[in-house]
Amino acid sequence: METEYVLQMKNIEKEYYGNKVLKGVNLSVKPGEIHALIGENGAGKSTLMNVLFGMPVIHSTGGFSGEVYINGEKTDIKSPLQAMETGIGMVHQEFMLIPEFTITENIKLNREIIKDNLISRLFKSKGLKTLDTRTMKRDARKALDRLGLGIEEWVTVAGLPVGHMQFVEIAREIDKTGLKLLVFDEPTAVLAESEADTLIEGMKRLAASGIAILFITHRLNEVLQAADNITVLRDGELVATRRKEDTNVAELAELMVGRKIDINGKTEQEDDDTDKDVALEIKNLHVDMPGEKAKGINLDIYKGEIFGIGGLAGQGKVGIANGIMGLYPSTGEVLLKGEKLELNNTMGALNKGLAFVSEDRRGVGLLLDSSIELNIVVTTMHVKNKYLRKAGFFDQIDGRGIREHAKKMIKDLDIRCTGPQQLTRQLSGGNQQKVCVARALTLDPGVLFVSEPTRGIDIGAKKLVLDFLVKLNKELGMTIVMTSSELVELRSICNRIAIISGGKVEGILRPGDSDRDFGLMMAGEYRKMHSKEAM
Amino acid sequence: MAQIDNENTVKTKEQSTATKIKRLLFDHSVPVLFIIICLIGVYFSELPAVFIVNTLLTRITRNSFMVLALVLPVIAGLGLNFGLVIGAMAGQFGILIVTHFKIGGFPGFLLCLLLSTPFAVIFGLLTARLLNRTKGQEMISSMIAGFFANGVYQFILLFLVGTLIPIKNPDLVLTRGIGIKNTIDLTTEYGLKYSVDGVFKYPLFYILAGVGVLAGLVVIIDYIIKSKKAPEQIDKFKYITRMVISGVILGVSLWVIKSGSMLNSVKLPVATAVMITILWVCNVLVMKTKLGQDFRTVGHNMDIAKVSGVNVDKTRTIAMVISTVLAAWGQVIFLQNIGTMSTYGSHVQIATFAIASILLGGASVTKATSGQAILGVILFHTLFIVSPKAGNNLFGDAQIGEFFRAFVSYGVIGVALGLHAWNKRVQALRRQLDV
Repeated sequence: METEYVLQMKNIEKEYYGNKVLKGVNLSVKPGEIHALIGENGAGKSTLMNVLFGMPVIHSTGGFSGEVYINGEKTDIKSPLQAMETGIGMVHQEFMLIPEFTITENIKLNREIIKDNLISRLFKSKGLKTLDTRTMKRDARKALDRLGLGIEEWVTVAGLPVGHMQFVEIAREIDKTGLKLLVFDEPTAVLAESEADTLIEGMKRLAASGIAILFITHRLNEVLQAADNITVLRDGELVATRRKEDTNVAELAELMVGRKIDINGKTEQEDDDTDKDVALEIKNLHVDMPGEKAKGINLDIYKGEIFGIGGLAGQGKVGIANGIMGLYPSTGEVLLKGEKLELNNTMGALNKGLAFVSEDRRGVGLLLDSSIELNIVVTTMHVKNKYLRKAGFFDQIDGRGIREHAKKMIKDLDIRCTGPQQLTRQLSGGNQQKVCVARALTLDPGVLFVSEPTRGIDIGAKKLVLDFLVKLNKELGMTIVMTSSELVELRSICNRIAIISGGKVEGILRPGDSDRDFGLMMAGEYRKMHSKEAM
Repeated sequence: MAQIDNENTVKTKEQSTATKIKRLLFDHSVPVLFIIICLIGVYFSELPAVFIVNTLLTRITRNSFMVLALVLPVIAGLGLNFGLVIGAMAGQFGILIVTHFKIGGFPGFLLCLLLSTPFAVIFGLLTARLLNRTKGQEMISSMIAGFFANGVYQFILLFLVGTLIPIKNPDLVLTRGIGIKNTIDLTTEYGLKYSVDGVFKYPLFYILAGVGVLAGLVVIIDYIIKSKKAPEQIDKFKYITRMVISGVILGVSLWVIKSGSMLNSVKLPVATAVMITILWVCNVLVMKTKLGQDFRTVGHNMDIAKVSGVNVDKTRTIAMVISTVLAAWGQVIFLQNIGTMSTYGSHVQIATFAIASILLGGASVTKATSGQAILGVILFHTLFIVSPKAGNNLFGDAQIGEFFRAFVSYGVIGVALGLHAWNKRVQALRRQLDV
């Protein structure tokens, strides 16, 4: 009976310095099964995986209690290398790929197939053996075919779309002989919805070939789409194990968070926009952002509303805010309260009272190695000369003012940190996002652009961020333009939602409009269909 | 899977020849710029062709080995190895020993290589240890290590020789009995002068004609094999360029031979050329081995290499040791051509000049090939030969010519690095805009 499972983890307990992070977790995975592991950040998912992979962090902190069975045999995994040899692979969230290498080279990274040559025989040295490129290519091809990926194995990774890079990463794991269990650590976090679908398809293919898959994610609908069984963790405890057929998104969300969350549509009130002031008028905006090109956007955004911009990834929705803020080259006309905004000038945009919370939190959003307080005020300091003390030619940083402001922000936004001086790198995704928002708020903007505010943060933090945006809007009357790939979010807080397709505005909807309309617009079919009806 | 599609790969394939040439010129902006400067310099210097070719040939055979030593560390991600200086010191130790025991000629040269190797290996290991602790600042670290080593070198040769190290050879030791002389004459009966260069000499253009034919054949055979194996992967443009280059080499050398000009008197030191070629070939071959792949992996991304189980520090150490040993040998080849060794000066500038050369050839801090090294040597030394005279002819002042020479040797490093930074920025932008 025992051997029907590839992996069994029984009664796993782990504590870090007296702080119990895993409290008797059980997990069983059968061959060919896709098993989803869900839970909020800090629920113990990563610790459980660290136990499974024998990461040094576990063993250097006193090990764990409980038993791990691989193929029914009790196994004690002491190092990641041993895990690899036992047939457990991991697809990382950040790609372990070298862009300048070909797909083959990346798949075979440090597992290159080598053959003897004259000199290597002479010196009996492994390092001098020649690479057997032909066999390597053949193996790579095999692994790619197994995933159903039609790209050539000799192409360099550099130019590939993100979705393909992930497949290369998976192909590398598959290529390792004897792979029995593959762990996907939030694989869809970096992917767009369409790419995520492709990935799930690939995972199913893989599972069908007999490999067990452990799928860690935040996105609940994907869980239902892909997984056979679902294990929910909360605060280090096993909350529930469900079969896909027996559950739904609402239940999973509830199990995960442990409190009911409200993802219903916003209560509809002010429907009449005709007499409202236009805060921002966008005319024929073209933005040259790679992968997210906007090709002629026309929008009117009213004062005091939360305006949503949705659409599938790659259709150009992310480009709009980036273009207006001057982060990517753009052309067209943008009027702010009737005044013309100079494009391609970030400083100008900031001076005019626009603020932007970027979707690339770790890239352009934060100074990761600076403190929270500095992150919060740095833009304001630069743009508005605030938080500075004049001292002749050399302006001094006003430490006390900054500290007070940062403390207030930390309290207002509930940023979980050790204090205003903590480095932002050490914060969790949700708290980093809050720091980004705090910085934008410090600018005291007239219009706030927020891009993908909830990407990569757990469901509880998501709700806090969204609630806070609503609060800003209601209490301060701030105009907010929110870009998001998650339609549910947009529908839960926005007044109006523009759907972007093919770089253009497909249509503007109310949150209460039908799912059908949203779906059609996302697919870019709405206008086609309606123009036909008109004829 | 097909819906996300291979847009990017398709796009790169379907570029027109015009954009390809444009991009080729841009990607190689540094060598192209300096080829133009060289041609201008050659024109204005009004020097006879025989003189330029002859001097250039001497300088190429003298310096190429040293410059080739730079390639591996760049590939392994250690940047430009200013630590060549340390290798050069090892080479000079070898020369001192050989001179002391009065073993000259080709056997002396071989013994010299043999004796300098253990020194170079130890120096390389030490440098590598330092560089493995200063990841990310390899270039400045190796440069400072060079200065430090120079101090130790002087201490040993000026103070320890004659006191702790019992050498009483009057040819080497200063008259007071302590310390090595400032200049060591290698032209004596037992000297190393021309010990390799003099082994066998043959008219340059006959050899070049042969090389042209051979290169053409290799290109054709390579094309045939590749097109049979994987026709879709072939970059026709590359093969055409190669064919044209070998054609030009053959054509020019045939024309020179036919014309019976003075140029036919220029002779190539074949043994030296063979050594350089072997090193070149080894540099290429090593990249096809497991070790070479490790170099590349570590060079591109140390973290990923570490995660995939490559021993990063060891790989970097190997690259550094090889480079240091090659630098030692390179210095021996350099000095056997010069004929006198300035004990406290010969090695000092060696890294700067070598690095300036490879940068001119189009290499960068992160990318270098042996071809770039050789091209760089040719360009750098052409500039070196013609610039004083050209400066003099243009501005009528010998002092300006001298200034120009200094400007060339140091300025090019700055210019090349600057161009490289600019190039990198443009490339990043180009990638962003998807042009």
